[in-house]
Amino acid sequence: MTSNEAGFPEDLVAGGWVDPQILAAADQEQRLPGTPTRGSGFLTEPFRLGTSPSATVGPYLAIGLTWGDGPYAVAEGTEGAVWLRGRVYDGAGNLVPDAMIETWQADPEGRFDHPDAPAGERRFPGFRGFGRSSTVTPPGEYGVLTLKPGRVDDGKGGLQAPHVDVSVFARGLLDRVVTRIYFGDEEAANAEDDVLASLPDDDSRRTLIARRTDDGYWLDIHLQDCTEKGMQETVFFAV
Amino acid sequence: MTGTTSRPPRPESDSALILPRYLQEDPSRRTPVAFPDYRSTGLRAPLRTPVDLPQRLTEVTSPVLGEDRVRPGDNDLTLRLGGEAQGQRIIVFGRVLDSGGRPVPNALVEVWQANAAGRYRHVVDNWPAPLDPHFDGLGRVMTDSLGRYEFTTIKPGAYPWGNHHNAWRPAHIHFSLFGQAFTQRLVTQMYFPGDPLFWQDPIFNAIPPSARHRAIATFELDRTQDNWALAYQWDIVLRGREQTPFETDDDGDVA
Repeated sequence: MTSNEAGFPEDLVAGGWVDPQILAAADQEQRLPGTPTRGSGFLTEPFRLGTSPSATVGPYLAIGLTWGDGPYAVAEGTEGAVWLRGRVYDGAGNLVPDAMIETWQADPEGRFDHPDAPAGERRFPGFRGFGRSSTVTPPGEYGVLTLKPGRVDDGKGGLQAPHVDVSVFARGLLDRVVTRIYFGDEEAANAEDDVLASLPDDDSRRTLIARRTDDGYWLDIHLQDCTEKGMQETVFFAV
Repeated sequence: MTGTTSRPPRPESDSALILPRYLQEDPSRRTPVAFPDYRSTGLRAPLRTPVDLPQRLTEVTSPVLGEDRVRPGDNDLTLRLGGEAQGQRIIVFGRVLDSGGRPVPNALVEVWQANAAGRYRHVVDNWPAPLDPHFDGLGRVMTDSLGRYEFTTIKPGAYPWGNHHNAWRPAHIHFSLFGQAFTQRLVTQMYFPGDPLFWQDPIFNAIPPSARHRAIATFELDRTQDNWALAYQWDIVLRGREQTPFETDDDGDVA
């Protein structure tokens, strides 16, 4: 008689109800029912599909990603509209003239037109919240016309400082990199912002804070440090 | 305006704001931003470790982009500028899903590609392969209510590039997707099965080996069209939401 090391109910084994092949396999600890070696057929963790791997936009992104209205998160002439501008630099301190940046932000009252955001009256018709700009002309420079965002709930009973989420895409980046634009004339709100507070030092915070210009705000994006030119890598975020 | 989801909006008096949380694929199965064999990453990919950003309203929302971004004919790249493109006509189709298996409906898909000879209609692509007067390489489609997309194009050619001596890009189609949240934004490339150029391509090889199959379409005889076109299926998976107890009460988002 075969032994029963796998622990099937003895009465079943004694009664000959367990297939001898299964008993033998179980004794060899190779095909134990319900173990990974045997395979149970059941999921051992929640069902998840693997995500599609990202890839670079490459040098020819303009073919597929150019929108005539891309830079206009609001129409020209909208009251209170500001230009968010800046230049994108690489680790040699050179301009990156073939990148694309995308911006996403709340409206001036801190609201989003989206099913996962609290509902409420949207008082800025025509405000898209989303901007897309290449850095082709002028070389290395982006520009998005938008409304300055309001403060947004931080999920902990407080408010974040006004901010714009930014994605940077380019040849030489195999995935987008994500950063934020904050506003230099929001010192009080910036001082309370817990994302800014989580950064190691003022030098890091400075890489995210745009300065006021005649027609809006300016923030350069440095993909890497370039110490000989005194450029510090922008803080990038994992979302 | 075309919505990006079938779920009803939240009530205004949502005292306890509960936001979805989007899962991150394990880094060992994600394409890294930098890859040494892909030389252009050297001076461009950030060197510091990215700072974790909490997922809040800005991160779990995204633009509501509607049909107005797509023009009639944008789903057929073989008919442009008054004539037919040269090359092997193919139908590319699939579903856009999240990692929980849910379809992503009404989502904008933007594609671009080289022509049959491997030449892009772009000012910086000047290698000696012919341009096609009837191919511009741009397509746009929206996913339907089940997350399905489909477009007709020609199979792109391989082309040389300057990464290393005799470097060639395997045939590929560029894809750009928004999904329903900033966290889901994805730009990627679809490859064709059995391409002999994979082994020497650093952009393909940057994908961890365990995830490379997800970047390759499959030939689908069932969707070919007699006397017309071959067919390739490519399903695209965006980051999904963490399961929360609240979702069992609100199944409106399970299409």
